[in-house]
Formats: sequence, structure tokens, C-alpha cells
Amino acid sequence: MTTNTSTRGKMALFIGCAVLMAVAPFVIGSVLGNSWVRIVDFALLYIMLALGLNIVVGFAGLLDMGYIAFYAVGAYTYALLSSPQFGLHLPFYVTIPLGAICAACFGLLLGTPVLRLKGDYLAIVTLGFGEIIRIFMNNLNQPINITNGPQGVNLIDPIHLGDVTLGKTMQIGSLNLPVVYLHYYLFLILSVLVVILASRLQHSRIGRAWVALREDDIAAASMGINIRNIKLLAFALGALSGGVAGGLFASFQGFISPESFGLMESIMILAMVVLGGMGHIPGVVLGAVVLTVAPEILRDTIGPLQMNTFGRMIVDPENARQLLFGLALVVMMLVRPAGMWPSKRRALEFSDAKAKARAQKG
Amino acid sequence: MADALLKIEGINKRFGGLQALSAVSLEIPRGSIYGLIGPNGAGKTTLFNVLTGLYMPDEGTFTFDGQDLFRAKPHKVVAAGIARTFQNIRLFSEMTALENVMVGRHIKSRAGALGAVLRDPRTRAEEAAIRDKAWELLEYVGITDVAGELARNLSYGHQRRLEIARALATEPKLLALDEPAAGMNPRETDDLRQLMAKVRDGGVTILLIEHDVKLVMGLCDRIAVLDYGKRIAEGVPDAVRKDPKVIEAYLGVAHE
Repeated sequence: MTTNTSTRGKMALFIGCAVLMAVAPFVIGSVLGNSWVRIVDFALLYIMLALGLNIVVGFAGLLDMGYIAFYAVGAYTYALLSSPQFGLHLPFYVTIPLGAICAACFGLLLGTPVLRLKGDYLAIVTLGFGEIIRIFMNNLNQPINITNGPQGVNLIDPIHLGDVTLGKTMQIGSLNLPVVYLHYYLFLILSVLVVILASRLQHSRIGRAWVALREDDIAAASMGINIRNIKLLAFALGALSGGVAGGLFASFQGFISPESFGLMESIMILAMVVLGGMGHIPGVVLGAVVLTVAPEILRDTIGPLQMNTFGRMIVDPENARQLLFGLALVVMMLVRPAGMWPSKRRALEFSDAKAKARAQKG
Repeated sequence: MADALLKIEGINKRFGGLQALSAVSLEIPRGSIYGLIGPNGAGKTTLFNVLTGLYMPDEGTFTFDGQDLFRAKPHKVVAAGIARTFQNIRLFSEMTALENVMVGRHIKSRAGALGAVLRDPRTRAEEAAIRDKAWELLEYVGITDVAGELARNLSYGHQRRLEIARALATEPKLLALDEPAAGMNPRETDDLRQLMAKVRDGGVTILLIEHDVKLVMGLCDRIAVLDYGKRIAEGVPDAVRKDPKVIEAYLGVAHE
């Protein structure tokens, strides 16, 4: 009987969540305006990115600072194949998977030379890799114009199938679905899919091998795990999700340029993983949402707050936003070093380490 | 020895100018407990690392159960049937005891990323088999009561046992134990001795590095002694015990 009630409880929770997420854009749109639905759309994109990076950093313990490169590869693959740039207008069901595969290949390309590197060295090389990709995109307008250089690619096709397009407000009966709502549903479905895939990977033979690699690579090798293959698999599968997110980003924005794929973006995604709770999927999702939404809230509130309290602008809102954001990160890491929502065991480990340190002091 | 499970000949290993192993030869008979002793820094662990693929030997031959394993990668060595434990225990500290042993089943299972994602019946069956086997091994070494504990929270003796269970999970033909009794009290050492005898009786050959000479002499069928990277003696315990070279290596020689 108890199992029956608990499954029924789970079902109720699941249906509740589904209904909540289905009506979310309408609620947010009518209360806060459609610009906030757009922010939520981006939060969903970042969930996909953060979960992809979480495979590499959180599961396998490989510090990758150039993750944004895979986002860029996915985005450019979509953009070049569905825009007037080359006059190609391939459908999304070709370009998005192709972008994902391209990104995974780039994951292998990055993974192969860094197989022997660990920790700081790995971080530096991956950081360089991310920059190389961006600089390539920036300069591949000569001698043959491929990426259109710093001007970026414009007029990228929205996702469409026959007459149905996500690029225009859709009318279903008396229901009006603006572009940002349509993308919300698409991104939501794909984010949920990425969550499911990531959690299935985590609780599998492959996931265990990744954690073993993270914990002790020598012991992992001595258990018969092929270190090279398992590392490359982490890089490739992590990149895959980044590539999908990139394609979606290009179709959603309609315009991309190398500027969107800078080092700061890589760091932001890494911050989402670390701040949320490395290796813990719900934590990473939370991290992605908080780090996408919080800066926007600050953007909306800092200016008016200063005007109300001081009667004039003391600090430029954009600077103040960055300052507060940095401060929040530092405080977070001091108060909750394992992240906002760590897995139970990581939380335990950090509290153990604290207790040990205290015992040594005392 | 007609039935040698592992045979190395003329193994050399240099680290820069240091000759860590020079022309070491060994033959480990199938079904035995083979001891490897020697003073600190004699090259025991280096030889161990060569035998388990962590170090690449410079010269020599290395055959195991009819396969050539000279300069083979660790995962190949494990696949061939050699499993090991470490002198300074190397468990996956953030995983539970059960999960640690489950990692040991990696080599004996096949599910890839696609299987993990699709969770087809075969993958699920394999996963269940991995779990069952891991539980069985925890039972075998007698630590099922801590199966759900993180490896890092286990007692020292339990950690040693867990490492053995994890190594056994790869279904080795040769189990190589690097100072398993280090830091154990007499009672734990005695339990360990029984466990090793049980493993041997189960058909697994054991290679044992140990400082506890009493344990080695009482348990091993044959012993090799290393000193300064050279094999200075080899034979049954009684013969090795009386070998003047061994006495010299351990106690030094009287100057007159």
C-alpha cells in the first residue's frame, strides 16, 4: 500500500511540475513581460550547456575552461547551413544534429592532445582552445569568406517545418503564442531530455568509470578502465550537448558573431556548475537558472535603487551589477563551498573536511 | 616449473640515472602464494608497477598465461588477468564500498554510452549482475555491513579488504597485493592471512609484497628477495631464510 501511495505521490508531483512548466511563460509573460520569458529561454539554454560541461568537470573531473567553443561550433554549423551566408537553407533536423556531431568531433579534437594533462595545466590548454575557436570564427572571412568575421552571420533561419515556424507568433484558436513562448517549449523539452540523458549516464557503468577517473586515475586504470577512451567519451558527450544548445541559440537569435563566445561565457558556465553543485544534476540546473536570472534582476533593480536612496547614480548600474555579482560568488564559496545544492556525499565531504580542520586547530 | 602463470626475464627499469631494476627474472607458479621481500628501496614496488602496467620496463620479457604483456597498458594487463592493490590504499573515496567493487566489474561488462542512455533490457540485466557480483564479493571479504558507507569513512582494515574485493571483481588469475598487512594489528593480520589462503584455494594465484617476514614465511609457497634492484635469492621459505645473501641484505654483514 505504501509503495502505491508513494508512486501516486510521485505521479502527482510530476503532473504538478508539468502543468507548472506549461503555464510558466503565460504567468511570467503577463506579470513581468515577455522580455522575462526570453530570459527564461536563455536559462534553459544555459541548463543544457551547464549539464554538458558537468559531464566533463563534474563527473570526470576534467577542468575544461573552453567549453564555450562547442557552443560556438554548434551555433556556426547551424548558422552557415541555414542562412543567406552560403544561400543554404537546410532544415533544422539536419543542422542541429550535424552541429552536435561537429561539436563532439571538436570535443575529441580537444581531448586528444590533453589526455596527459591534469588540473591547472588542463585548464590552461582548454582555455586556449576556447580562444582559438573564437579567433578562428573572427578571422575566417579571408581569403575565403566562411564565417563573415567579426560582423557575424545574420538572417539565420528560425526553426521551421513546412508552414509551421518558430520565428513568428503562432495562433492556436484564440491562443496567441509569441516567438519567445514557442522557443520556451522547444528548449524546455530539450532541457528535460538532456537532464534525463545526463542522469542515465551518471548512473551507469560509464558514469561510474568517470567518477573513478575523477577520484583516482591510477586506481581507475588498475581496474581495467581505458583512461584514454573514457576521457575522450566525456569530452565528446559533454560537447554534444553544447553543440545542440549552440544550434538552438543561433536559430533563436537569428544572428551570431564571435563576440557571443568569449572567455567570460566559458567562465559563466563553469561558475554555474561549481556554484550549483559539481556533479549533482539538480544543483547544476539550479546554478544555471540562478546565474542567468540573478544578473537580470540586478540589472532591473540597481538603477532605481540608487535613485531612490541617494537621489542620483553613484555607481554605473552595469559596474555595480558586476561588482555585486562577484561579491555574491565569493560569499557563496565561503558559505557553501560545495555549491548551492550539492549531492549528499559532497556536502558530507566538505563538512568532514571542516570538522577535521577545526579539530587540528583546537 | 612447467606451469608458470607469470614469467619475466631480464627486466630492466631505469629512472634517469637510477637503475631501479636490473635484470630481474621471476617465475610464478600457478596456484601458489608467491612472496616478494626486500629492504626498503629494494625495488619491490617498482617491480609491482612494471607487472601491472603502470611503469614501462626498458628491457626484458614479460609473459603472462601465454600472453605477451611487455610494455602493455594497465587496462590490457587487467584484461589479461592481473589485478592489484596499492601500498597506500587507493580507493575511490567518494564512492560507497559497493560502488568501488562495481567499478572493478568494468572490465567484465560491456554497456557503453548508448546502452546507458537507452537502458535496454540487456544493459539493465548487466547492471543488476554487476551489483549482485559486487555484493557477493563484499560478502566474500566479509564487509557487507559497510556496503553503503563511503570508502573514505571505512576503518583501515575494512579499506584493505575492500581493495582486495575490488581487485577480485576483475576476476584475476593473479592477485598482486602490495603490503596488505602494513599498519594492521596482529588480529587483523591473522584475518588477512585467512582471507589470502581462501583466495588462493579459490584458484587465484597471489603475488605478495610484505614487510612482515613472519607472515611471508608462514604463508608463501615460494619467495623472491630483491636488494638494490637485483634478485638476490629465490626459493622455498626455508631455503631463503638461511641464504647468507638474504641475511646480509637484511642485517648487514659483520666486518672483521
